[in-house]
Amino acid sequence: MSKNRVKNVGYDDDDFYDDDGYDSPDPEEQEHLKQCTVLVSVQLQTGEPSVTASKEEIQEALWHYYNDVEKTVNYLRGKKEKEAQKQQATTSGLKTKAQVWENILTGLPVPVYPATASRPTAHFSAAEFFRDCPWLNVPAHRKAEILVEPLYPRLGLLGGAPEAKKGSKLAALAAARKAKASGQTTPASESSASQPETAEKPKLSLQERLAASSRTPKPAEGLAGLRRLGKPSPAVSSTPSPAPSESSTRPARTEETIIRQVNLGPPPKADLRAPCSVFATALIGKETRPKITEPNHGRPMIVDFDEIYGHNTEPFDFSGPSPDDVILKAQNASQGMKSKPKAGAAKDASKKGQADLAGGMNKLSVEEKVTVKSKNLDVLAEYNKSKRKRSANFVVIGHVDAGKSTLMGRLLADQGAIDQRTLDRYRKEAEKIGKGSFALAWVLDQGSEERARGVTIDIATNKFETENTAFTIVDAPGHRDFVPNMIAGASQADFAVLVIDSSVGKFESGLKGQTKEHALLVRSMGVQKIVVAVNKMDTVQWDKDRFEEIEQQISAFLTTAGFQSKNISFVPCSGVLGDNISRRSADVHASWYSGRILIEELEDSEPYTHALDKPLRMTIGDVFRGGVQSPISISGRLDAGSLQVGDQILTMPSGESALIRSIEVDGEPNDWAVAGQNVVLNLANIDPIHLRSGDVVCRSSSPIPTITTFTAKVLAFEHLMPMLVDVHRGRLHVPARISKLVASLDKASGATLKKRPKIVSPGTVVRVVVEMDTAVPLEAPTRVVLRTGGSTVAAGLLE
Amino acid sequence: MRLVKNKIEHNGSGTVTLLPEEPEDMWHAYNLIRPDDLLRASAIRRVTSVQDTGSTTSTRVHLNLVIRVKNLDFDPQSSQLHVSGQIINETPHTKIGQFHTLDLELNRNFTLEKEVGANGEGVGWDSIAVEMLKDAVDEGGNRRAEAVAVVMQEGLAHICFIGQFQTILKQKVEMSVPRKRQGGGGGDHDKGMGKFYRVTLETLLRQIDFNTTSTSTTSNESVRPILLASPGFVASGFHKYMQTEASTTTPALRKLLPSVAVVHSASGYMNSLSEVLQSPAVKTLLADTKYARETRLMDEFLDQLRKETNKATYGPREVESAVDQGAVGRGGGVLIMSNKLFRSQNVAERKRWVSLVDRVRDVEGGEVRILSSDHESGRRLEGLGGIAALLTFPVMEEDDVSESGEDNGDDYGSD
Repeated sequence: MSKNRVKNVGYDDDDFYDDDGYDSPDPEEQEHLKQCTVLVSVQLQTGEPSVTASKEEIQEALWHYYNDVEKTVNYLRGKKEKEAQKQQATTSGLKTKAQVWENILTGLPVPVYPATASRPTAHFSAAEFFRDCPWLNVPAHRKAEILVEPLYPRLGLLGGAPEAKKGSKLAALAAARKAKASGQTTPASESSASQPETAEKPKLSLQERLAASSRTPKPAEGLAGLRRLGKPSPAVSSTPSPAPSESSTRPARTEETIIRQVNLGPPPKADLRAPCSVFATALIGKETRPKITEPNHGRPMIVDFDEIYGHNTEPFDFSGPSPDDVILKAQNASQGMKSKPKAGAAKDASKKGQADLAGGMNKLSVEEKVTVKSKNLDVLAEYNKSKRKRSANFVVIGHVDAGKSTLMGRLLADQGAIDQRTLDRYRKEAEKIGKGSFALAWVLDQGSEERARGVTIDIATNKFETENTAFTIVDAPGHRDFVPNMIAGASQADFAVLVIDSSVGKFESGLKGQTKEHALLVRSMGVQKIVVAVNKMDTVQWDKDRFEEIEQQISAFLTTAGFQSKNISFVPCSGVLGDNISRRSADVHASWYSGRILIEELEDSEPYTHALDKPLRMTIGDVFRGGVQSPISISGRLDAGSLQVGDQILTMPSGESALIRSIEVDGEPNDWAVAGQNVVLNLANIDPIHLRSGDVVCRSSSPIPTITTFTAKVLAFEHLMPMLVDVHRGRLHVPARISKLVASLDKASGATLKKRPKIVSPGTVVRVVVEMDTAVPLEAPTRVVLRTGGSTVAAGLLE
Repeated sequence: MRLVKNKIEHNGSGTVTLLPEEPEDMWHAYNLIRPDDLLRASAIRRVTSVQDTGSTTSTRVHLNLVIRVKNLDFDPQSSQLHVSGQIINETPHTKIGQFHTLDLELNRNFTLEKEVGANGEGVGWDSIAVEMLKDAVDEGGNRRAEAVAVVMQEGLAHICFIGQFQTILKQKVEMSVPRKRQGGGGGDHDKGMGKFYRVTLETLLRQIDFNTTSTSTTSNESVRPILLASPGFVASGFHKYMQTEASTTTPALRKLLPSVAVVHSASGYMNSLSEVLQSPAVKTLLADTKYARETRLMDEFLDQLRKETNKATYGPREVESAVDQGAVGRGGGVLIMSNKLFRSQNVAERKRWVSLVDRVRDVEGGEVRILSSDHESGRRLEGLGGIAALLTFPVMEEDDVSESGEDNGDDYGSD
């Protein structure tokens, strides 16, 4: 429930809290309340026994039970049943009451008779309230009902009353008869305000007794009477204070009426009560007398009732309404009044504390829920409004030691994304461990292990800007062991830069190795455009023939891999020297090259469109601790959809929801993000145990399904048969097995060539069924890569 | 497992009394005991008796029960076998026909009786059962110590025990390790890896019951070889971590270090265990174990399949038809079967496979290899339908078989 509700529990003694939450409730909350109301009324009617309750009643009850439908239904049903019983009981009530009284009369005049203690008080008090009121216009039958009973307790209960001392049956009976006979007249005289002092006396003593009925009042009668007179506890003496004149028109019969009065609006300013006696004033002083103009007139009353109910719940639970009923009715009566939430909340809190302490404790959560107000932006409109540079992600791929990281380090340094001082520091440190040529690579290879070994292990993202494009580099590892990381990087890319080592022998070994695998992988991940950087041209003295030989071989291979020749371009360059990267080479041997240099090729890329209006999908690339302010952060690239601060997101396959506390787009804080952007989401209200890299972030309105088996149309890179494979999709990486080769298909038309082949050879398109051990968030159409034993065996599309 | 008494008749019925000695023997028992067999073992049963006054007392009594097996439940992690069935012998405390679940215990005899009915409704001790019994009893005494393998990658480690007949995944360690990040995020990654190594080492030591407090390096308890496998540098990093720990905080680890070997694997999943077992470092450790032979056999088979020579086939129907054509015979024919097929509840099913095995071995003269389904190689075989064969001559695939319908092929992969 809302924060306000929780607050109330703690602040039930505080009158000065803000009521606004009630006057203008959250529309969302109201919607929820409405739903709950419908639910409850349906359950009430369909359940056994079937009862009906008004909308107000239900909502009131829901409010008390924190929108817990089940509890509300139970409570309302109990209440309605009780009411029904009560109606039946009232017909026979007189008789039973008579019996009760007879019992008392026949027994000894015990000082306390708890079973009836509370009822007579109430009647008595009710009578007291009207002591000052003109009774002339009250119908006679009503008067009778009020007044017949109030007189009884004096017989059996009033320790201080002279009647109570009469122990004999006869005397009691006589008194009862007398009371009955004078029933019509006594109240009039009593409440005529001519004898307020006498009226007050029995009332006070009774109330006080009730309030502290647990301590057996067995003091000497005279002393007790004195004490009661002399020490009117503020709670007791203030009870009659609200005696609004309107109540005179409303005959008060039960306790609920009294409480209603408590909650009723502005008390009359005038003090209608008689002043304290001289004796009392002398004993206790004037100060103790409560001021009638006290603003919080309701509270002492509440406390009083709490005490009564707290100690005397048993005797009360007969046929009368439960305390809940009383409060509810009182609140219903005073609905719309300012004092309602105050009194209601306070009562609710204190009562909850008594009746449902355990339940309340369960609801309390140690964890503080964070709420972030959503700005409810129209993200797409915002996106269209924003004047952003064109952005492009590219992945750098190639065989191990082709110089990918160095080339990108050079690019970043040249574009000013990294300052000279940092670069100098890297150079110095690299030279210290004897790896001077790796200095540029250290811009991207930040891991200590990567630096020590001189090998990129994980992808690194970095960004730089030219005049019209903001680039994000994804530097992928080239080593075959880290192809899974490279796949993660490639899944974030719009186009690829393939780096090739042109030095003798290296090119050939690379072609056999990861050059080929990487190119095939990026193609099967959907990358269309590829820029081939023929690196280390300085080691072959910018040999034009060498360049052309490489160009010919690679372009032949890339075309067979499925790249269109217009999307392939070649640049001879040197990463270490920085030639033909951001500036044209000054080397005379390189003068033969007049084509575009690398940065020009990169800028030539077309803008890429992303599925902005699709449901949100984001594969988590990393889970980390962002800092003190953001203990749980995830990073990744939005595959589809959009999100904004304050959004509730769902992570699959854990199925846990989280709240977006803040968003960083390309390292800058922002209020929203759209597909295609690299974002860091700072989350709240989720345990990091539910977040793993490879999980998918989506919305609960359109969650991504988690599946254990899928059918995919894949291109076989190696022989396929039913076998164990690893399934890769971005960071996601799970063990699986090909359980069935459904059919081999024609590459162009997709027609079935052969059903259920035993084995398919490389280059065949085949439809396979893949089973996984664990449920994994995947949905069609997704591109997946199947690998086994450290090599890619197939890649394709989920169907 | 020790063979205490062997009374197998010529017709295949008879009883065998066995004494399981190690946890792996339970796995053997699991393969030997089949539904409808008679099993006698000691049991503890709670007996509730009602007195004349109506009060009840409940006592636990030690009994020797004979049950007719209905169900087997094997927990490979803890190597426990629970056999449930109906009691068929009368005891003072139980009635015939009551159900009981026997928990077979180590170092307690059990007697297994297999019957062949007059009409051959039971399977009795067929050739497969006898062979399994031989495997279980280990007459040669050449059982090798098992190895422990830790297959890992960043943030993920599988600790498994490789035995003669089964590979048990003991525990999986999974942890989220932050990736390297731009701007000094490297520290997080290193810290995460350090934590990952620590948890993995703790788990490993717990699993192998290694006493880290004993400082004596002379204790003669044998240490199983420990294989650390990973792509990249995770395994070597872990090895380094162990060395550091040994030289600083836990000197007892020094005892362990000589038996540690670092090998390469393609990923941190159990799938790559086959690669681990083929590495030269491991081959010397586990030379000529049943496992190594099985793995080699599977590789050979897959090689043949890749070469598309049509000298290898898989799937129940295909293999049966190849046997019919006499292709699995003398001179290189090998029938490879998963022992899971023999665990079938269906008597007819088992008879079908047993007769196939007998035919290949006795009539055709081919070789029969039964792979443990609890090994990685067996799992690979299961993917192929649990049955495969290397053929002596190329058998052309009948296209009409695959065209004739989907139903016939559904038995692979699914069982």
